[in-house]
Amino acid sequence: MKIYVTNVFVDDQDKAEAFYTDVLGFTVKHNVPVGENRWLTVVSAEDPDGPELLLEPSDHPAVPPYKEALVADGIPAHSFQVQNLNAEWQRLVALGVSFTVEPMEAGPVRMAIFDDTCGNLIQLIEMAEAAQ
Amino acid sequence: MTDDQLDLLFKALADSTRRRIIDRLSKQPAQSLFEVCAASVAEDGVALSRQTVSQHLAVLEKAGLIETTWKGRTKAHSLSITSDHIKASMWLTQYAEERDQT
Repeated sequence: MKIYVTNVFVDDQDKAEAFYTDVLGFTVKHNVPVGENRWLTVVSAEDPDGPELLLEPSDHPAVPPYKEALVADGIPAHSFQVQNLNAEWQRLVALGVSFTVEPMEAGPVRMAIFDDTCGNLIQLIEMAEAAQ
Repeated sequence: MTDDQLDLLFKALADSTRRRIIDRLSKQPAQSLFEVCAASVAEDGVALSRQTVSQHLAVLEKAGLIETTWKGRTKAHSLSITSDHIKASMWLTQYAEERDQT
């Protein structure tokens, strides 16, 4: 058994596709119409055969209050690993991404949190070992 | 300050985790629940559950020691220590003279 897909609930799939590819740099793996929405997944360009991230619509009634409650407490909906947090942070800030937490030490990792413009906070993590 | 307010203040201060939260909010204000939890792991090596931290923040807020504002859609916690709090925290000093005379 292995994990092949995980999800993030997005307010708008078109907007999410643009943000997760053009800004974050992921590539679309699956893009299949399903009713009014799409089965839309992206993968990391560094790991195209790795786990997919499903950009899932937020239209189930349970989803909006769930997302709002997480954002209210500053809790990220997802976490991505980077090799160099400061470089990635600078790159994203230059692209207009809004960070709610600037790079900070958090025990064995360094982290930052940004707004994905689709109703979620996303955490970036740099593992201490990866920095060496 | 009334006795009830004093009770809330001293109760809020009578816990080392809550005092550490005050210390950290003093260094960096406007922190979300998530940030307070992350800072507690990073600085003290103590992994507190979000529920625990949430309860600590509620006790501090009830005593009026912190206030919350909204940073976008995220709730931010900052210190709100008033001169009344400072005066009240020196409650025992009213007996200082008495002690000096004995």
